[in-house]
Amino acid sequence: MTATTALPTSLPEMRRPRGLAAIVHDGGIIAWRNLVQLPRSPELVIFTLIQPVMFVLLFNYVFGGSIGTSLPGGLSYAQFLIPGIMVQTIVFGTSQTSVGLADDLQKGIVDRFRSLPIARSAVLNGRIVADSVRLTMVAIVLILVGYLVGFRFTGGIALGIIMIGLAVFFGFAMSWIMANIGLRVKDAETASTAGFVWLFPLTFVSSVFVPVATMPGWLQAVARNNPVTLVANLLRALSLGSPIPGSTWASQSIPVALWCFGIVAVFAPMAVARYRKV
Amino acid sequence: MNSPVPTPSSGDSIIYAENLHKRFGGTEALAGVSLSVTEGTVLGLLGPNGAGKTTTVRVLATLLRADSGTATVAGFDVHRQADEVRSIIGLTGQYAAVDEKLTGHENLWMVGRLLGMNKAGAHDRANELLERFRLADAGDRQVRTYSGGMRRRVDLAVSLVGRPRVLFLDEPTTGLDPASRLELWEITRELVADGTTVLLTTQYLDEADELADQIVVIDKGKVVAEGTPDALKDRIGGRTLRIEVSDRNRLEEARSVLGRLAPPEGITMDPAVRTVTMPVGTDTSLAANAIAVLASVGIEITDFGLDRPSLDDVFLELTAGTAEDRDDNGVSK
Repeated sequence: MTATTALPTSLPEMRRPRGLAAIVHDGGIIAWRNLVQLPRSPELVIFTLIQPVMFVLLFNYVFGGSIGTSLPGGLSYAQFLIPGIMVQTIVFGTSQTSVGLADDLQKGIVDRFRSLPIARSAVLNGRIVADSVRLTMVAIVLILVGYLVGFRFTGGIALGIIMIGLAVFFGFAMSWIMANIGLRVKDAETASTAGFVWLFPLTFVSSVFVPVATMPGWLQAVARNNPVTLVANLLRALSLGSPIPGSTWASQSIPVALWCFGIVAVFAPMAVARYRKV
Repeated sequence: MNSPVPTPSSGDSIIYAENLHKRFGGTEALAGVSLSVTEGTVLGLLGPNGAGKTTTVRVLATLLRADSGTATVAGFDVHRQADEVRSIIGLTGQYAAVDEKLTGHENLWMVGRLLGMNKAGAHDRANELLERFRLADAGDRQVRTYSGGMRRRVDLAVSLVGRPRVLFLDEPTTGLDPASRLELWEITRELVADGTTVLLTTQYLDEADELADQIVVIDKGKVVAEGTPDALKDRIGGRTLRIEVSDRNRLEEARSVLGRLAPPEGITMDPAVRTVTMPVGTDTSLAANAIAVLASVGIEITDFGLDRPSLDDVFLELTAGTAEDRDDNGVSK
């Protein structure tokens, strides 16, 4: 644009959508904003992509030898590990929801959005939709790395796509918990810590890395009922094309659905209520 | 743009607040703030740190709900009709509330889209504002690469995308270098010339003096004074005539001569700089008279001037003893 360009003197027409259309429109624009930032945040790219790749390689080659022999049904460790690491990576990835929200609050960007006549839900929706897109990318990268170390969708690609979708949906639900954390802490650093520490027991006391049967009895009880275990086992079933031994599709998927919808039902309204007060 | 149909309960005021209270835990941030702003003017909201300036702006800009009291912008209640208020206000915060990882253009485009412009319209408006704020060359760079002054300009530009009727500037020049401050003042004057109403909070008295038509001084959540900058200055004693004589030995004589024109106890003398001072209130003829009388008795005058109290003096007097950290914040010297 040159200095001689005639500048428009009239304001472009402003016609805001209403109702549901406004919620979609505003949430979509804020999701766009969060996604545009993604490639400009090298630390986030490294965190979300390099770390899971590293985990796959480390666990597969360091633990694979000893654990691989104890797996039921002659399952290879890669086949066991990839669905587990997918849940673990996605759960850790959701901590970025709390960091992002806390950062926006701290920097006054939420104030900017709240001073505009837009849907109340837009900041939260836009954040979580963008985070779900990011988690989908992470899941796809994991599958690609998995194929390099011997993982296969033995149940077919359709179930494989459902597997990725389910993993992301669990991440979407977890993001609502993280949103509550992000809206309640004073800065991004606190959000990072508060969103992170409890994820270690949550993901390690589960069937993510090792079969639950290898744990001490008291821990098995915790691990078996951990939603992360339930999701990891369902992802395994989807990747293999059949329910894990001793289960049916229904007995595996109903608890997972209850967890996912239950988390959203509790934590989404809580986050929205909190957002109105910040 | 929708033309709002105001139902003012507030006369001609485009911004109107009555008896706002807000408590945060044990702290009373607002203890009954009332103010009104006439459309097309600049109101300077002045006060030490923690006086309640930002809280007042946050209530008026719909970001915070007051515990009690009423506030309207263009006749719309800031709480019950928040969306109507939001469609006519712009807000520039103390900290540049723009997205550092977006470019200047993207920040502007996004707000245009959120205000309901189509893609092309938002694009044109973004370019127009980048041009106006001398950011056209930097428009495609991420804001995090901008200098402090550029950030503040892009922040102001973002708050102007929808051409708001009312603009809240919350300490817009805090931390800016002098050149950027002057530039921001110039932009503010242009906006006001275009008919925008501005509510400006500042802890810089010269800034309020430069820009504001009316000033409201708040302290501890209460309005302690209001009026035009000149009226506030006159309020504490008006002007002082300062006369420097050539001969130090005749200073005492000058004082007694002047003592015939005004109460002698108000006249002070400083031999070190050969100066006598005399309060003249708002009566400038008294000052002319004083100089004539001294000349008639043969006292040679080398310099004289009419000093008016600065807003700093006003401010110090009004908020005396309430802001120990004043020096740290550059409020006063």
